[in-house]
Amino acid sequence: MKVLVCMSVVPDTTTKITFNNNNTEFNTAGVQFIMNPYDELALTKALDIADPVGGTVTILHVGLADAEPAIRKALSMGATDAVRINAAATDAQFVAEQVASYAKDKGFDFILTGRESIDYNGGAVCGLLGAMLDIPSINVITQLEVSGNTATIERDIDGGRETVSSSLPFVASAQKDLCEPRIPNMRGIMAARTKPLAVVEPISVTNHSSYQRFELPQPKQGVRMISADAPEELINLLRNEAKVIN
Amino acid sequence: MSVIVFAETSDNQYKKSSLEAVSYGKEVATKLGSKVVAVSIGNAGNPESLGNYGADEVVTLHDAAFAQFSPEAYAAAFASVCKAHSGSVIIISNTYSGKSIAGRVAVLLGAGMASNVVDYPEIGDQFLVKRGVFSGKAFAYVGLNAPVKLLAITPNSVEIKQHAGTAAVSAFAADGIAASKTTIKETNRITGKIPLTEAEIVVSAGRGMKGPENWVMIEDLANAIGAATACSKPVSDMHWRPHSEHVGQTGITIKPNLYIAIGISGAIQHLAGVSSSKVIVVINKDPEAPFFKAADYGIVGDAFDVLPKLIQAAKSATAQ
Ligand SMILES: Cc1cc2nc3c(=O)[nH]c(=O)nc-3n(C[C@H](O)[C@H](O)[C@H](O)COP(=O)(O)OP(=O)(O)OC[C@H]3O[C@@H](n4cnc5c(N)ncnc54)[C@H](O)[C@@H]3O)c2cc1C
Repeated sequence: MKVLVCMSVVPDTTTKITFNNNNTEFNTAGVQFIMNPYDELALTKALDIADPVGGTVTILHVGLADAEPAIRKALSMGATDAVRINAAATDAQFVAEQVASYAKDKGFDFILTGRESIDYNGGAVCGLLGAMLDIPSINVITQLEVSGNTATIERDIDGGRETVSSSLPFVASAQKDLCEPRIPNMRGIMAARTKPLAVVEPISVTNHSSYQRFELPQPKQGVRMISADAPEELINLLRNEAKVIN
Repeated sequence: MSVIVFAETSDNQYKKSSLEAVSYGKEVATKLGSKVVAVSIGNAGNPESLGNYGADEVVTLHDAAFAQFSPEAYAAAFASVCKAHSGSVIIISNTYSGKSIAGRVAVLLGAGMASNVVDYPEIGDQFLVKRGVFSGKAFAYVGLNAPVKLLAITPNSVEIKQHAGTAAVSAFAADGIAASKTTIKETNRITGKIPLTEAEIVVSAGRGMKGPENWVMIEDLANAIGAATACSKPVSDMHWRPHSEHVGQTGITIKPNLYIAIGISGAIQHLAGVSSSKVIVVINKDPEAPFFKAADYGIVGDAFDVLPKLIQAAKSATAQ
């Protein structure tokens, strides 16, 4: 069994987001970068499926060399080997093109991504890859079992859950509930140091989008406090001042 | 050239987010001087009703292949309508189903894509869309340069606008749609509840509620004001509530008109997912809780004292 897991590297969740150069650039000063939390789930699930049958799990990142600590973390969690496609990830379509071009002739049984990357929140790579590779794409999955040439998958749908079966190969995106992320142990960390990390040059891709500028949400005007003894006052304000309830 | 809108259904009814998408499409079409074609796949109630929200034409696709939702088949069929009608701007809702086809459609059309779109585009020298980034902590303006642009619109981002027009309904035969390689085995919908992502009012609670048994009060308040329920991450991690209710940076991002947070401290990861809410109410016994800084209205008090009175007040107000 051969599995590919795509990972992105994102600002730690406690990061206060600010921008530079007239709000045209994300300010990375002092920001700690981590493996995207949903990708940890994807990798853990891939390992849970591939390890018992002696399969391999390749972790793939599209990005620059500064992502290598996060890639080593993925290797220490148990990935067999890693590939870094040496290009700044400019948007979801660029990333998907790179991954598809790498994966198309490698015979992966399935590919997992995270549900979304918590920086640009595209949630798009899974579907893009599915179409580029002409395989089924199943997003926001919460369970995955592979047996023979079929996968049984549970996924979130709007207002519920659904169980689907899919033939292999397929691509799916990991949602919370799929599993608990694996924590690397000492042996894993040692082993990761010498695991192969291949650097592959990108293919040339036409960029369909360009980030022009960023904006922070409007700060609140200040909070209006209401006495705990008078909750009817809150209801009154919500109805008649804010007009958000009937 | 036209603006093409994917009109998603649930139980054969157009979803509220689909009506928003059609209204959005109309606004864009007006700026571009083109028409709106809404696409309805499967068995939806009354396609002509989409005319009330701005659709000039509704194209329906009925085929055995569409009896079940399949991202591959729906994306392929929708893309062929987009081609047949020379779609230049394609609108899909940023829901789970919408997102499961959006990427596929973008590839089939060679379109430039932006998901998580929260406002109308600026159309000038560039086609500029505003999208949520960093899980609600910021917004980005992205220029889409490809001739065909695909936008996935976050629910509750624009208002539904009524239009006087009527839509011409026609059937479309999508040829050459390959048999889906996926089959749905079972669907479990939570019935009788407002889906969180589409809800205009959300009542959310955190660890301050002490245990799952106390959610009766949260449900009561939600029912009294017609709200959906949500929770903080630890609450879903401890399985007090289903993970589908978890909002925040690693849960879902929502933007209701009203978000009421009870017994939630307001950690940065939680705020990320809810700070786009129009009005935020915080109820917390700790006056120093960081959430108050992000709130419009606040009550410092013990939820176990405040909630019964608040539920009572809400019930008597709505009974008037
Ligand atoms: C990688 C990562 C990702 C994360 N992602 C998310 C996310 O997506 N969403 C999320 O929510 N969190 C997320 N978190 C967790 C976040 O940091 C906080 O720990 C969490 O939001 C706290 O949840 P809480 O407010 O329910 O609990 P607490 O922080 O324990 O706060 C409970 C609050 O209830 C109040 N309280 C207690 N008793 C009462 C009472 N009787 N009446 C009224 N008020 C009372 C307390 O004053 C306190 O403010 C993430 C953390 C990490 C590390």
